[in-house]
Amino acid sequence: MKIRHIVLAGLVASASAGAFAQAKEQFFPVLSGRTGPVAPNATPWANGHNDYMKLVNARGGINGVKTLVEECETGYATDRGVECYERLKNKNGGATVFQPLSTGITFALTEKVAADKISLITSGYGRSDSADGGIFKWNFPLIGHYWVAGDTVLQHIGKKAGGMDKLKGKKIGVAYHDSPFGKELLPILQERAAQYGFTLQLLPVAAPGVEQKATWLQVRREQPDYMILQTWGVMTGTAIKEAQAVGYSREKMFGTWWSGAEPDLKDVGEGAKGYSAVMMQHGAEPQSAVVKDIMDKVHSKGEGAGPKDEVGSVLYMRGVVGAMLATEGVRAAQERFGKGKVMNGEQARWGYENLNLTQAKLDALGFKGVMRPVSTSCADHMGSAWTRVHTWDGSKFVWASDWLQADDQVIRPLVKASADKYAAEKKLTRRTPADCQS
Amino acid sequence: MFYRENGQFKTSYRADSQIFPIAQDRWGVLALLAFAVIAVPLLADEYLLRAIFIPFLILSLAALGVNILVGFCGQISLGSGAFMAVGAYAAYNTYVRIEGMPLIVALLSGGFFATLVGLFFGIPSLRVKGLYLAVATLAAQFFCDWVFLRIGWFSNNSSSGSVAVSDLSVLGWSIESPISKYLFCLGVLVVFGVLAKNLVRGAIGREWMAIRDMDVAAAVIGIRPMYAKLSAFAVSSFIVGVAGALWGFIHLGSWEPAAFSVDRSFQLLFMVIIGGMGSIMGSFFGAAFIVVLPIFLNQALPALGSLFGLDISTALVAHTEVMIFGALIVWFLIVEPHGLAKLWSIGKQKLRLWPFPH
Repeated sequence: MKIRHIVLAGLVASASAGAFAQAKEQFFPVLSGRTGPVAPNATPWANGHNDYMKLVNARGGINGVKTLVEECETGYATDRGVECYERLKNKNGGATVFQPLSTGITFALTEKVAADKISLITSGYGRSDSADGGIFKWNFPLIGHYWVAGDTVLQHIGKKAGGMDKLKGKKIGVAYHDSPFGKELLPILQERAAQYGFTLQLLPVAAPGVEQKATWLQVRREQPDYMILQTWGVMTGTAIKEAQAVGYSREKMFGTWWSGAEPDLKDVGEGAKGYSAVMMQHGAEPQSAVVKDIMDKVHSKGEGAGPKDEVGSVLYMRGVVGAMLATEGVRAAQERFGKGKVMNGEQARWGYENLNLTQAKLDALGFKGVMRPVSTSCADHMGSAWTRVHTWDGSKFVWASDWLQADDQVIRPLVKASADKYAAEKKLTRRTPADCQS
Repeated sequence: MFYRENGQFKTSYRADSQIFPIAQDRWGVLALLAFAVIAVPLLADEYLLRAIFIPFLILSLAALGVNILVGFCGQISLGSGAFMAVGAYAAYNTYVRIEGMPLIVALLSGGFFATLVGLFFGIPSLRVKGLYLAVATLAAQFFCDWVFLRIGWFSNNSSSGSVAVSDLSVLGWSIESPISKYLFCLGVLVVFGVLAKNLVRGAIGREWMAIRDMDVAAAVIGIRPMYAKLSAFAVSSFIVGVAGALWGFIHLGSWEPAAFSVDRSFQLLFMVIIGGMGSIMGSFFGAAFIVVLPIFLNQALPALGSLFGLDISTALVAHTEVMIFGALIVWFLIVEPHGLAKLWSIGKQKLRLWPFPH
């Protein structure tokens, strides 16, 4: 009898210990795109994300809570993305947050996350109107969305032209991926075109974007004064090569932050010299403290997710920044719901909504010079709208502009109008101040 | 031993011409249906329902529609994705533009408009055949992709080109939970499955098959090729259109034209080829093979790897999944070019003689 009791007690103890150990891990699912049309670009993102999560663990976790990462491959296909979401959302004690890295998947998940009470971080992509937290309770386009990109790229072009008023009568071509990813950029450009009196030449390119001959022949014929690229994956490199073929100056081409990464330009090399892209705060940051930390604490131990030479590249850094935002949101939530505890989806959401990353905090995390402060609220789910422009010098990107900020006066009404339209279609009501406290 | 029709005498034409003349088949199908209706919602978790069963049911329905056209009537089509898109967008437009539109009517209107478009693109089938027709139907695919991307009216002028529906309900039954979605799709599939089976057993189905086997001979014995071909296009597009509407409304909830790209057309055609041309059952097998197997492989490979102490990366899993899947397709086509449905019927034949094969 006694032996049986002891065995039983042991079993119960070990089972509860197991449960306890499990309860100390915060689960961050990853929807990766290591195959498919955007693989060269989405792979460094996932590697950066996972390396930073390992770095968090090496630094002692989020107040002692370790991060746990599990990947599911979407191949940039929306239906596989939804499948991955369903597969991972309840695993390992429940997902903290999803970062789908695809606008199509973001659209498909936007309603599902509200029902499942899991946040969606879509830094730099997804729905631009989801910056309005009053309608989109679970979406967080942290530190930038397409309209910030569009506005700041126009500001940069304006500076090149010698002032925004000089844009009057000019023609700006926009080559974009013909999907929600590309089309989301257009409302801000159209708004600005009406304001400053330039004309837009819209040049949609069918997915995945390797067939652009006709587009660039049109560019050669019409000779727009500037070109804006809203491209992703194989599409960017193709656009640059086609521009080269028709003799369109790369100096007059400006990409958004999905169109300005090394994998797209490496092969073109010298041919892409002079091409610029607006960056969502960070660019390639191999000298930053956080990259050195990752090298020391993750890569030197052979635990790096990818090759060493991609560490610090543009998209790798975007993964790092995404992971940092995801973990810092949990840290912020712990301030309210209890330090050292695992946060559930709802608690983490509170954290993302009350994120206050001061410069001091960012510097301490190793993001000095990489990022500016981020502060979110119930009304503002973006938290920061700063960008910089970098230019390809033939082998790498160099900074080409000072900090730019998207014009809140223009973007806020656009966001609100679009969010209200969404709410009317879905018969949603704006969140009350009381709901904002929750 | 267990699967034998000895002693089952049919004493009326009715009994002789039922869908499942053998009692074991009848009971088997009823048991399967009971399992699908009662046991699956009780046993399956949300992941299985949402990510496996619902897509499987909807794509089975689409494969059924394609099978009527390709398998029964022999008109090779690469435009099935386009008909799905027409169904989805037509259903969306009737649903959001007409106040108080019932969901079922909206879904059926998707089928109706897909029928119109299908008939229109079926007209070339009167002149061109085989591969040439496949290429002609590709035009439907590209045309519909273009229309739904470029003409803002179809997507209710949404700035991103992506449309969404919500708050679905049928006669007060809310279709939001995974179980209700699953049951709804199952119901639609069963209704259409029975209708399709009866169609292909009847006179019209025989006309289709006669056209498929040899159109000149069929015309000689008095079958009107125009009527047979266009009716096959109409019935097939109707079913595919309803499947498209379900795919958008029930499965995705929010979609863009890429959800119905040419890849979807290929996928549907492969379902029919792998599952079995000219077999209702084959459509289900094909959908299961094409939809479920890659997801199963994707999850089974890491588990298999850890069994041997290997840590398989996500990219490797994704690539291996594609390789194994491709190899399996080739293997199946070599072993059984008539599809999984043929394997199934061979199995049944063997079971009849078991355990005493002569």
